[in-house]
Amino acid sequence: MIRVQTEDFDIGAEIAALKADRTDIGAIVTFTGTVRDQDETITEMTLEHYPGMTEAELARIEKEAHAHWPLQASLIVHRTGTLKPGDNIVLVITASAHRDAAFDAAKFLMDYLKTSAPFWKLETGPSGSKWVEAKEDDTAARSRWTAGKDAAE
Amino acid sequence: MRLLYFAWVKDKTGIAAEDVEVPGNIGTVAELIAWLKTRGPEFANAFEQPEVIRAAIDQAHARHDAQIGGAHEIAFFPPVTGG
Repeated sequence: MIRVQTEDFDIGAEIAALKADRTDIGAIVTFTGTVRDQDETITEMTLEHYPGMTEAELARIEKEAHAHWPLQASLIVHRTGTLKPGDNIVLVITASAHRDAAFDAAKFLMDYLKTSAPFWKLETGPSGSKWVEAKEDDTAARSRWTAGKDAAE
Repeated sequence: MRLLYFAWVKDKTGIAAEDVEVPGNIGTVAELIAWLKTRGPEFANAFEQPEVIRAAIDQAHARHDAQIGGAHEIAFFPPVTGG
């Protein structure tokens, strides 16, 4: 399941909902991304996105993860709008019978989300606002999953 | 055809969305970008470095050599930075 929302999310409540009335899940992995202000240069972070395409991309990425790993359930929640340092940005939960699939799929989902879901971060600090630049590291992280197969994508 | 601009591409063009009549001789995303650059200083500035601009045709990522024929909506944006 995927959700794009301005409101915060409750990780415990999301896990509880995902495993409610199920006994086939043996491993649950969660990843939470939060607004970082390492050097006290950020007072706000605004997440812009492309409504429609965002949901389509997240659903596509999730479907791909389910095609690669035996997942019992998954959830991607991404916030938009204006956030403060320390606020939650993104939540990925993967659930599988055994831990390897859940760990790997969670990493895959984040690597793909960071390089293909149409979100853009605008950082605001005392000296003004600037758009965050994409990192080469993120593209490299994503390519680990495609090396040798659909490299043309 | 509906054109959408996001993040700093939107800041530079000064608009988020517009409906335009694209000349019939324009076949690809790259040709559309080249044409957009001729529409004024804001567009020339926004698309100054076409290689850093990403595009989507009808809400799916598209390369610059992709054909735009029949598209309803084309979006231009910088590399994504979510997560």
